[in-house]
Amino acid sequence: MIKIRLIPVLYIKNGLIVRSENFSYHQNIGNVINEASRYNEWNVDELIYIDISREKCYDLRRDDLYIKSHDSIEKIISEIAKVCFMPLTIGGGVRNINDISYRIKNGADKITLNTGAFEHPKLISQAANKFGSQCVVISVDYKIIDNQPIVFTNFGQKNTKTTAFSWIKICENLGAGEIFLNSIDRDGRANGYDIDTISRVVESTKLPVVACGGAGGLYDFVNLAKKVNISAIAAGNIFHFTELSYPRAKILLKKEKLNFR
Amino acid sequence: MIGIVNYGAGNLQSVKNSLDFLSIPNIVINKSEEIKNCDRLILPGVGAFGPAMKKLNKLGFSQEIKNFVGQKKPILGICLGMQLLFEVSEELGSHQGLGLIKGKVLPLNKKVKDLPIPHIGWNNIIMKKSSPLLKNIEDGSCFYFNHSFYCEPVDELAVTADADYYIKISSVVEKDNVYGCQFHPEKSQSRGLTLLDNFQKLI
Repeated sequence: MIKIRLIPVLYIKNGLIVRSENFSYHQNIGNVINEASRYNEWNVDELIYIDISREKCYDLRRDDLYIKSHDSIEKIISEIAKVCFMPLTIGGGVRNINDISYRIKNGADKITLNTGAFEHPKLISQAANKFGSQCVVISVDYKIIDNQPIVFTNFGQKNTKTTAFSWIKICENLGAGEIFLNSIDRDGRANGYDIDTISRVVESTKLPVVACGGAGGLYDFVNLAKKVNISAIAAGNIFHFTELSYPRAKILLKKEKLNFR
Repeated sequence: MIGIVNYGAGNLQSVKNSLDFLSIPNIVINKSEEIKNCDRLILPGVGAFGPAMKKLNKLGFSQEIKNFVGQKKPILGICLGMQLLFEVSEELGSHQGLGLIKGKVLPLNKKVKDLPIPHIGWNNIIMKKSSPLLKNIEDGSCFYFNHSFYCEPVDELAVTADADYYIKISSVVEKDNVYGCQFHPEKSQSRGLTLLDNFQKLI
């Protein structure tokens, strides 16, 4: 039987791992490659890296790798892939088929599309035709407005005035393979997952849904897994700041008889 | 020496990284004539069946792979690479495959009900028979799957292991010296690395 995945999400800004809060506050917390190898040792189910650099400039400090060029995310990916024998999803700044090609070539298994897909929905079908639907993840950032989850793009700043449900339906029809659903309101707030919206989204699509945003304690994972028929649960900050949080979360989820690896 | 076939569509770097990590000698094969320098081959896989097969034909890999298999040397197809070993696929039209294993590649969405598609994530394999490829891997081990199509071999005996996803999915197949796994061993942590190591040791 398929297992529910528990996925750490790492945000890269200018080549460093940062903590994110409400999509705006970013605190540097570590080196990209070291973090990847730590998560590999924890035997995590999958890793998601989102590059949120505004200006394309990378600095892998402490590894003595100083790289400053537009395409250096590929160098970062290839270094991560050398220490990671688990699925690797890479997102952020993906705007065309070439962006996807070189991420995959360097070791990404899946890519996430967000603003790039919204501005050019055709990119979804192009990517699905070339690489298969299974590697096209649509990242959906939303805020609740009048009780509806509304999709925001451009680092959560641009209101698309489109509901998550209708956007996801469009993506599904264009050949997307997975939905990464992220609550902007709950980003970095540690106030629990948005169970209501997640559950409505899961019911509205046949695509696997990865839910993110709001994990504050390990019971938030249990709560979500018990209430929603979810494919994967993702979180960022909790895995960075809470000692051994990943292995402890897995032990707890199994103790609760939930279907995790 | 394991040759990793580079036909442009696969994420062969991950496969290479795993082999490097295991210190298994390997080489990325960019030209079909280089295949003869190898004693085993891996056909990696991320992508869509049609374009991948077109590339294999255009670059002359299809014929060289068939010759290689004719010499009784082992080949391992991974994910799409496994699907390419079959005769025909119904992914976005109908496409001829390499035809090294009899059977078809079909869409999951025609058979699978009430579960998300693609089949993404960690699933247990259910062993049907013993195989040197699965040596030191316990029945029920989890591997990472990520696919929307599945293989249906004509000969049920070609199925070494299944996985349960509403239907039975052929997760490891073998026919003489032709091996395939639907999951990604290079992405399945230690058990996946064990499988790759087993492939290297096949006689």
